[in-house]
Amino acid sequence: MELLSHLADGFATSLSPLNLMIVLIGVTAGLFIGAMPGLGSVNGVAIVLPLTFIVPPNSAIILLAAIYYGAMYGGAVSSILLGIPGASTAVATTFDGRPMAQQGKAGLALIAAAVASFVGGTISVILFTLFAVPLADIALAFGPAEEFALVLMAFTTFVGLGGDDVLKTIVMICLGLVLSTVGLDLISGQPRLIFFDQPGFYSGISFLVLAIGVYGIGEVLYTIETSKTAPTVTAAKITMRELGHGLREMNRLWKTMSLGSFLGFFVGMLPAAGATPAALMSYGVAKSISKKGKNFGKGEIEGVAAPETANNAASTGSLLPMLTLGIPGSPTTALLLGGMVMWGLVPGPMLFIEQPDFVWGLISSLYTANLAAVLVNIALIPLFVWALRMPFTVLCSLVMVLCIVGGYAPSQKMHDVWLIAGFGVAGYLLRKADYPLAPLVLALVLGPLMEKSFRQTLIAEQGNVLAFVERPISGTFMAIAALFFVLPLIKYIRRSGKKTVAPAE
Amino acid sequence: MLVADRVIAGALMALSLYFMWHATVLPIGWNGTTGGPGGGGFPFWLSAIMLLASSGIFLRSFKTNARAGTFFDMSMLRPVLEVIAALVVTIALMPILGSYIAIPLFLFWYLKIFGRHGWVLTLSLVIATPIFLFFFFEVTIKILLPKGITEPLFFPLYAMFF
Amino acid sequence: MKNTLTRRVTLALAASAALLAGTTGAALAEGWKPMKPVEMVIMAGQGGGADRLARLFQSMIQKENLSNMPMLPVNKGGGSGAEALRYLKDKSGDPHVIMATLNSYYTTPLRTDIGVDIEEFTPIARMAIDTFVLWVSADSGITNLEEYVAAVKEAGKDWKMGGTGTGAEDSLVTAMLEKEFGLSMTYVPFEGGGDVAKNLVGGHVNSTVNNPSEQMGFYNAGKSVPIAAFTPERIEAFPDVPTMTELGHDLVYAMQRSFVAPPDMPEEAVAYYTEMFSKLNELPEWQKYTADEALDRDFLTGDELQQYFLTEREKHAELLSAMGESS
Repeated sequence: MELLSHLADGFATSLSPLNLMIVLIGVTAGLFIGAMPGLGSVNGVAIVLPLTFIVPPNSAIILLAAIYYGAMYGGAVSSILLGIPGASTAVATTFDGRPMAQQGKAGLALIAAAVASFVGGTISVILFTLFAVPLADIALAFGPAEEFALVLMAFTTFVGLGGDDVLKTIVMICLGLVLSTVGLDLISGQPRLIFFDQPGFYSGISFLVLAIGVYGIGEVLYTIETSKTAPTVTAAKITMRELGHGLREMNRLWKTMSLGSFLGFFVGMLPAAGATPAALMSYGVAKSISKKGKNFGKGEIEGVAAPETANNAASTGSLLPMLTLGIPGSPTTALLLGGMVMWGLVPGPMLFIEQPDFVWGLISSLYTANLAAVLVNIALIPLFVWALRMPFTVLCSLVMVLCIVGGYAPSQKMHDVWLIAGFGVAGYLLRKADYPLAPLVLALVLGPLMEKSFRQTLIAEQGNVLAFVERPISGTFMAIAALFFVLPLIKYIRRSGKKTVAPAE
Repeated sequence: MLVADRVIAGALMALSLYFMWHATVLPIGWNGTTGGPGGGGFPFWLSAIMLLASSGIFLRSFKTNARAGTFFDMSMLRPVLEVIAALVVTIALMPILGSYIAIPLFLFWYLKIFGRHGWVLTLSLVIATPIFLFFFFEVTIKILLPKGITEPLFFPLYAMFF
Repeated sequence: MKNTLTRRVTLALAASAALLAGTTGAALAEGWKPMKPVEMVIMAGQGGGADRLARLFQSMIQKENLSNMPMLPVNKGGGSGAEALRYLKDKSGDPHVIMATLNSYYTTPLRTDIGVDIEEFTPIARMAIDTFVLWVSADSGITNLEEYVAAVKEAGKDWKMGGTGTGAEDSLVTAMLEKEFGLSMTYVPFEGGGDVAKNLVGGHVNSTVNNPSEQMGFYNAGKSVPIAAFTPERIEAFPDVPTMTELGHDLVYAMQRSFVAPPDMPEEAVAYYTEMFSKLNELPEWQKYTADEALDRDFLTGDELQQYFLTEREKHAELLSAMGESS
């Protein structure tokens, strides 16, 4: 079979000793970069890209794939250990990963994240291998109306995440959406909401700044206040027995994980959507179908596995529109695209026919990098867990330094560091007053996509609002979104007679 | 608790009014030139919803029976404020004295004075952290941190590592 | 602290060797040399055409050892480059900052008052000029300009033209097109050129004015059709595509890709960067890249470049006020 022989050729190159070493270095470097709050695969890929013109092209692709995967795995590490999502894709991982770490199950959560990422990565690479070319057409069918319906669907899946105080959830969602509009109005090209005429606001408020602020600084302040009565993190241990236990636990979750992988791959494949909505939707779906759905948010291992399979699957999926259509779904794939163009490769439908060596070399590197990433990650878990056993004041001070530096690094503006401090204090106060923070952060991520696609559709259809439901794909999504929205509402109304419980965040 | 709830709801109401005022710079209704809703529409109407919801929280606090408990644990408020102040000072110092002075100072304060740790732990972290930051951020990922007046001291290091 | 440093230095050297390229080669020019890594501000976000090009330059400079210090790209794309312009102005006199520009270099200060006069900046080098082509999807069956104009006239406002943000290059070209042929279409703004190209092929818009590099993949696959080029002469990569000028319509528009420096940059530094870019301009890789991507390699430096910027600003002011956009 032609496909298999292509793949075998790819493996032959990616398994040479030099390339194996490159994979290990790349994965380890990626893991640490991803684990650093503020830094993610974008930074890893950006540093390595210029080097790829010096090493042989095959090794270059492998190095890039290794860094890409390593950073994806690493994102979960800071979500679980510090409760700071290092990238928007890892927000959903904090929901259950953080509580698990607080219960002394950090090791288990990290194993779950690693194994889930591996499963997600593997299933999606297999899907990629088999269906890359035909799937490109589906991505093409997605216009602004479909994008809007998809985002709306992702939004409704986390309506239930906000806790029970509906008013406070609404306030937080609106606040997140309004903050997402700061900067430039894409449609008219005019600046808007430039507070106090600060030029720093021209580039908007980035997700990382808000997440590092509320989850990093805010969390540290909150724990300082509560530290008198209860320590934040129960000392975690990691033993071989624990590892075996973790793997057995994961074995039970194959259904959640395969669902997450498929969902992640397909959502990730759609241009513009990417891994964040994929991880959220996977979490939301797992929560609503799982028998243990009620425990989600309180440290349920399934709540770590679901978003982690999906975000890894989605990052593989997002390579598809980049290769077949030349559209980057994320800043990282945009950089990779730039790299390909510099190597003289033209992304597009013809790439698979004209450059099979490159395409299959990349795909086989993905298999190798994924395997290496899970092994390196599991090997490093004791180190990560050890970090949590530092005295509380030591950990807090280092986390704050990481927040400052990690907040500065992506944009290299002091403006953002000030914003982080401001969001930190605000997040601390809001959290004390029982405002749910997850909807705030997620609204900021999804807001720009939502507004843009909504307005593009209305412009293109000259104000015809029905366009969203008339088109088959977007109509279907809208129906599913409506369903997701109505179900929790019915639950809520049924329950509303009872006394409200403390919000879960 | 009740007072704090009201203050925060009030602050959010004020914030949404501020956003609404800012949003009106661009058209908030239908835009004739580009078609579709104007650039101010999205932020304006969402802020309006936010205003309604936070007013709801504000009004609600008068209706419900007062919940027990205080908002702040008064004995711990002082350390929290101290940490916030240290954070602000550190950030303010970064562009002036440079990250490699501001951050060790912060760590020294936090570990030695705030955390009352021993000299060995304090000094090893105060020295190791900037070295780690330099090699991780500047040498490896090529992101320069603010140096302020310490900039010239780094020229030989740049020459060595780049 | 010094002692610890030297000890750690050897350790770290070994550790970071894997990721470090040996860039210790000799500098080009005698005299001034950068003493710290040079910040390369990019007036656009990550992944766009300007960003890609800037990063290509960065890697070529590193590979060919054109500078003793690395170039560090920093994206400041906020407010269509307003953020980058303000930043550069604040860096007045700094010899370690350069900026990669595109046409928003003139349009942004014209459209919104951000307190920046580009005349103050120090021009370094113009590396290339990017071209614009009118595209339709292969499914439309349109193959020439006449058919295109007829189809748009018939569809009226139902004809959707895709492009980048309002006030950006694509919308200016569209406005020129509308005025020349007396057309009136619906302009749908998208995030970037790649997104625009995909929406054309997916049938979500009817035509675009993409740069050739953005449509190249689809063009090679036979999914999109170039109608006419907005260039004075035919583009090498598309010898069969007529120019608008040839067809009797005076429509020419181009995107410049240049580097500028902060106001009052020391002369020696200007000389250093100018020489660096002129060496870059001669690289065979750069020449191959420009040919593949249908870019016009048109090197210009110094006063001539400043003159070019000012003329272009004049032109854009007229275009914008004709569009009723200028404020």
